[in-house]
Amino acid sequence: MSLDSPLPPAGPPPPAGPQVGADEWVAREAHRREYLPSWLGRAQRQAERVGWWPRLALAGLAAAALPLIGLGGFQLQVGIDALVVALLAVGLNITVGWTGLLDLGYVAFFGCGAYGFALVSSGQVGANGIHLPSYLSIPLVMLATAALGVLVGLPSRRLVGDYLAIVTLFFGEAFVEFTNNVAPNTLGGPNGIVGIDPISVFGHPITSNTGYYLLLVVVLVVTMAVLRLLEFSRTGRAWRAVREDPLAAGSMTIPVDRVKLMAFAFGAAVAALAGSIFAAQQISVFPTDFDTPFLILIYAGLILGGAGSIAGAATGALLIMVIYDGLLRSPTDSGYLFYGLILLTLVVKLRPWRRLGLVLGATLALGFAVHAIAAAISARAVAGSLSSTGWIGSALRDWVIVPANAATAGNWGFVALVCLLIALVQVSSRTRTILLPPTLYLAAFVWETRLSVEPAVTRQLLIGAILIVMMNARPQGLLGQRRVEAIT
Amino acid sequence: MSTGATEPGTAGLSGAGAREDAVLQLQSLSLSFGGLRALSELDLRVGGGEVVSLIGPNGAGKTTVFNVITGVYEPSAGDVLFAGKSIAGLVPHTIARRGIARTFQSLRLFLNMSVMENVMAATYGHTKAMPWESVLRLPRARREEREARALATDVLSFFGQRLAGYRWDQPAYSLSYANRRRLEIARALATQPRLLLLDEPAAGMNPTETHEITELIARLCTERELSILVIEHDMHVVASCSDRVVALDHGVKIAEGSFDAVANHPAVVEAYLGRDPEALSDAG
Repeated sequence: MSLDSPLPPAGPPPPAGPQVGADEWVAREAHRREYLPSWLGRAQRQAERVGWWPRLALAGLAAAALPLIGLGGFQLQVGIDALVVALLAVGLNITVGWTGLLDLGYVAFFGCGAYGFALVSSGQVGANGIHLPSYLSIPLVMLATAALGVLVGLPSRRLVGDYLAIVTLFFGEAFVEFTNNVAPNTLGGPNGIVGIDPISVFGHPITSNTGYYLLLVVVLVVTMAVLRLLEFSRTGRAWRAVREDPLAAGSMTIPVDRVKLMAFAFGAAVAALAGSIFAAQQISVFPTDFDTPFLILIYAGLILGGAGSIAGAATGALLIMVIYDGLLRSPTDSGYLFYGLILLTLVVKLRPWRRLGLVLGATLALGFAVHAIAAAISARAVAGSLSSTGWIGSALRDWVIVPANAATAGNWGFVALVCLLIALVQVSSRTRTILLPPTLYLAAFVWETRLSVEPAVTRQLLIGAILIVMMNARPQGLLGQRRVEAIT
Repeated sequence: MSTGATEPGTAGLSGAGAREDAVLQLQSLSLSFGGLRALSELDLRVGGGEVVSLIGPNGAGKTTVFNVITGVYEPSAGDVLFAGKSIAGLVPHTIARRGIARTFQSLRLFLNMSVMENVMAATYGHTKAMPWESVLRLPRARREEREARALATDVLSFFGQRLAGYRWDQPAYSLSYANRRRLEIARALATQPRLLLLDEPAAGMNPTETHEITELIARLCTERELSILVIEHDMHVVASCSDRVVALDHGVKIAEGSFDAVANHPAVVEAYLGRDPEALSDAG
């Protein structure tokens, strides 16, 4: 059995060659649809011919090369955050994607790892503090968190689905309360723990962000490789069998409870590893770092990339974090993303071309007309300034109206936009074509007056919008496998 | 198996020769759900290399018998002996590892795993490699993986062209209904059982496929030296494959013996068709 293809097409083909019947045709058609559309799918197929580990190594090398070509400062911090979340998503994939246990307390394992590392690598405990070398402290923290994972996983012996989700969610919330309120002298309460030692690799403490970025790339690549080897071993098969059908798995000699606890332990250990690196890089940990919004980001990454796929989990998390943390912070970058995505969606989805031209032309004309009319009626209606700067700002200056009371107008515009969007998905195709130009114009109006001014809210909305679009277009996620649910 | 004869509880339940090689023995087995008695005082014996059919109208408790044997339910009273040892109250995966495999009436495949993986997953109980051994590809993990694959290849090739090589990497959900039933049997065989419980293996199959299943059961018995307990509604299958037939109704054994004897037994006719045909025709 070769390393790169755990399931080689084994055995000689049947003598007469496989006869393609209706079932077989359906199966091949389903397989074809596993791939992304058009050239992306062809690229995906070509990539699959190469084994998994050259692909992973190549991706790791490319990521490691980014600081060399001038990724720095803010971008590097975004990269570090993205890699931490990618590591978390890959670990979450064990419990959620493979074993099918909805673990909503996962972020607490991340917190335990970070707090655990902080306690044994700072002056927090005792007179002189504990300063374990990182080759001891990180394995120790991972083991301790894995043990905690087993404890938290114990209810999964009896609880499944929603029930387990609620119980683990309680655990996650309890962790935040615990670190906020219990033993303030040791855990620091809301002030957290500061002055955490850096991680040392072969005796060299890592102090720069570039160093942590590279460390995270290496750790992520190694973790993904380990999990890939595990996925197609007896353990990985048992995890997925338990997800598919616990009753049948039990009847097929698989100890279901033990396998579930093992999944919790492995997921928790990966989270603790991410937490340790996070704590060392931040030099400090606070209870609010491990709150539910962060959990939602991890889940968003996992779902976007495709639960059940290691590469999907990592890709999705990186994508979500780069969009969420990187692009959506500056109004100009988020403007590119906003207008770019709208244009792209129109170009891809609107057919025939005549219809696309009609809609775009009508939208442009509508904008200039509305702007001219508004300016003629009252100077106050166009008195505000666009929040977009640069060439987008100058291009839209005479197109989007921004009234003097931009905030109020923007709020009403937002409500109207939501109503229009709901109407848009309900009406017939012809009506939709007519409704599209005003909707697009209103979207630009709301963006310029309100959304790009409030990036903290907007980025949450956009992540939600991305997930809604994803659920409709590709429910299995970017790189995930389409799954069927048994109807019993 | 011979330990069954020394077990005091088995004395007097069946003939001396039968006791010698009884693979499975149910001893006055009862199961209640609250006030409902699903099974009462059921005695059943499956000998080595024997094919026993379990028949009865819907709701008679046939699948419940399977669920008790495989540990899904714990019996309220009575005992289940497998190869002479009591297995009542053990958890399903332990019972499966001892050598009882089953298929499910409503197919329960690992739909989103490949055909090969479905079968290989069932070797879990007979392999020992720890996760780190699998990750580091240590000798034991590699050897077990090789053996599991060989075993899976072996049980899949038992079905000839039906589950031929090119299907092995396809997900189980892409298989046709009949092939899903075959894959369930292949998966059960991969647990290396001594006793196979088949729950309606011919349900939903066309006459050709049903005939294949009948032949398959005979082959399993002779080539693999398995004892088989089979639930089946198709009387052609029951007639041609069983050594013995047991009829259940309302959780009670109403008849036992050869197919002809059971099929003509008044209690069985009554269970399937209702009481006293003459009275019915008078009323009509």
